[in-house]
Amino acid sequence: MNSARKRDLVMLVFALVLYGALQTMISAKIIGSFWELNIILICVNIILSASLNLINGYTGQFSLGHAGFMAVGAYVGVVVTVKLGLPLIVALIAGAIAAGFLGFLIGLPTLRLRGDYLAIATLGLGEIIRIVIMNIDYVGGAAGFKGIPHLTNFTWVFFTMLATLFFIKNFVNSSHGRACIAIRENEIAAEAMGVNTTKYKVMAFTLGAALAGVAGGLFAHQFYLISPTSFTFLSSFNYLIMVVMGGMGSITGSIAGAFVVTFISAALASFPEARMIIYALALILMMFYRPQGLFGYMEITNVGPIKKFLDKISGAKGAAT
Amino acid sequence: MDFIHQLVQQLINGVSLGSIYALIALGYTMIYGIIKLINFAHGDVYMVGAYIGFAAVTIGHLPIFPALLISMALTACLGMLVERIAYKPLRHAPRISLLITAIGVSFFLEYTSMYFVTPTPRTFPEVMPNISFNVGGFIINGQQLLILSITIVLMAILTYIVQKTKLGKAMRAASFDTETAQLMGVDSDKVISMTFCIGSALAAAAGVLVGVYYNTIDPLMGIMPGLKAFVAAVLGGIGILPGAVVGGIVLGVVEALVAGFLSSTFRDAAAFAILILVLLIKPSGLFGKNTNEKV
Repeated sequence: MNSARKRDLVMLVFALVLYGALQTMISAKIIGSFWELNIILICVNIILSASLNLINGYTGQFSLGHAGFMAVGAYVGVVVTVKLGLPLIVALIAGAIAAGFLGFLIGLPTLRLRGDYLAIATLGLGEIIRIVIMNIDYVGGAAGFKGIPHLTNFTWVFFTMLATLFFIKNFVNSSHGRACIAIRENEIAAEAMGVNTTKYKVMAFTLGAALAGVAGGLFAHQFYLISPTSFTFLSSFNYLIMVVMGGMGSITGSIAGAFVVTFISAALASFPEARMIIYALALILMMFYRPQGLFGYMEITNVGPIKKFLDKISGAKGAAT
Repeated sequence: MDFIHQLVQQLINGVSLGSIYALIALGYTMIYGIIKLINFAHGDVYMVGAYIGFAAVTIGHLPIFPALLISMALTACLGMLVERIAYKPLRHAPRISLLITAIGVSFFLEYTSMYFVTPTPRTFPEVMPNISFNVGGFIINGQQLLILSITIVLMAILTYIVQKTKLGKAMRAASFDTETAQLMGVDSDKVISMTFCIGSALAAAAGVLVGVYYNTIDPLMGIMPGLKAFVAAVLGGIGILPGAVVGGIVLGVVEALVAGFLSSTFRDAAAFAILILVLLIKPSGLFGKNTNEKV
């Protein structure tokens, strides 16, 4: 067993301990239902921000349509469970495939655009997805889809989140991921070095969209009701804020960003305007003083003492994650 | 005959709505032309303009024209202030940082206004007699005439500034190539500041006119028109002033036709569909020239 595998195992043990602690506290009612809901939301948001980070942070393609893919996953998911009566896992997979396929179809033409044009185009596509859903009566139209069974619980979201993070980490460290990072650093240079830029951009976009679909499925089965208003571009901005605050190009950053933003929203739930003003100022100040986000490109497993500790128990000598 | 009648009526509505988009799009296109920034906050500047106009009419009991001028003047200052505080420190930062800052400024303007004026929509008082003209069976109301005439006047002034004055020459030079313009002695900071000033004043005029036209304003009213004005600017060719006007009017007409003949729920989708089609078929816009990217 090589040291990278051992390090993964160590992180898995940490995650399981965290899961055990939180689950015990939820079962023992130490964590009330309000904070239980928010812990579930944090996990869903971590999936969303990490998958958006794959597109925005690692590949450097500025997408603002994440809520649209989430909506596709959510609606396909509820159709699978409610109309077809299949279990949640099928719903999540179907949602991921549908969102991923749509991401592929949309990504192929739009990823030719650069920077801010791509941002506006994806924002527009996200809105188009939402407006189309609003006009499909089969899924409830503008009023929303009612009567969704409550199938999501903490265990489901936690382990789906874990699987997502593991998948993204391995993707980023694979040759595909390196190609994506090369595109972010300099697209023309990457192309000159023989990276098929279109292929990798579409790949990252498709994967990000599919994972957003999974998050959408989990989200839908938590709230009994989903409506197109839950998936406006304002929620896409929200995931963007998480990615930017945490660090574009860091999984640890996405986790921290999702945690901080969701936590602040929950804590300031009774002052919605104050919350948004704080977000806005935080975004602007972040761009002035720390444009790379809290973590930048750094992962928590690479921070001094933690890295030393991990190296010690996995027996590696300065191996990279 | 009935179809043609409805078509012409929707065209009239579309041109009025389109002139509003055109006014906002002009600001977008000017700002993008000079600092290559999609100023997400531009739609919110337009919202602030509408509120200032509203305050001037209700609290100051002013007639519409002085209210329009006051709103334009104050909003122009706001635009310059935003540029000075939020965008100027990032002049040499990556464009993505600038874009995210613009999103932040947009949120800040929206929710600070919401904090002060509450989220409930306000009814814009009737500032002009409710007249309408019947031209051969087609209805044109007073507000539509007001919008059209003010838009034409403002565009004439803008054309004069851009084409005939020294400032306009500097603006054109800076948007062509900022660095070279600077080498030729153009004070680019001042030119950028003036661009925000003019763009914001135009947005404020659009805001007040929308208040008069639709009779209702709210703190989030700027988001959609802001995005659509950007679509208009891209459609006409970003950075090109006549393009923004044509783009805005085309967009307004398409929207009115979609709302009139299909369903009003699809009108927002129509704008974005246009954007994506333009970006795929001719990214430089109707009036733009194709440029190759330099390494």
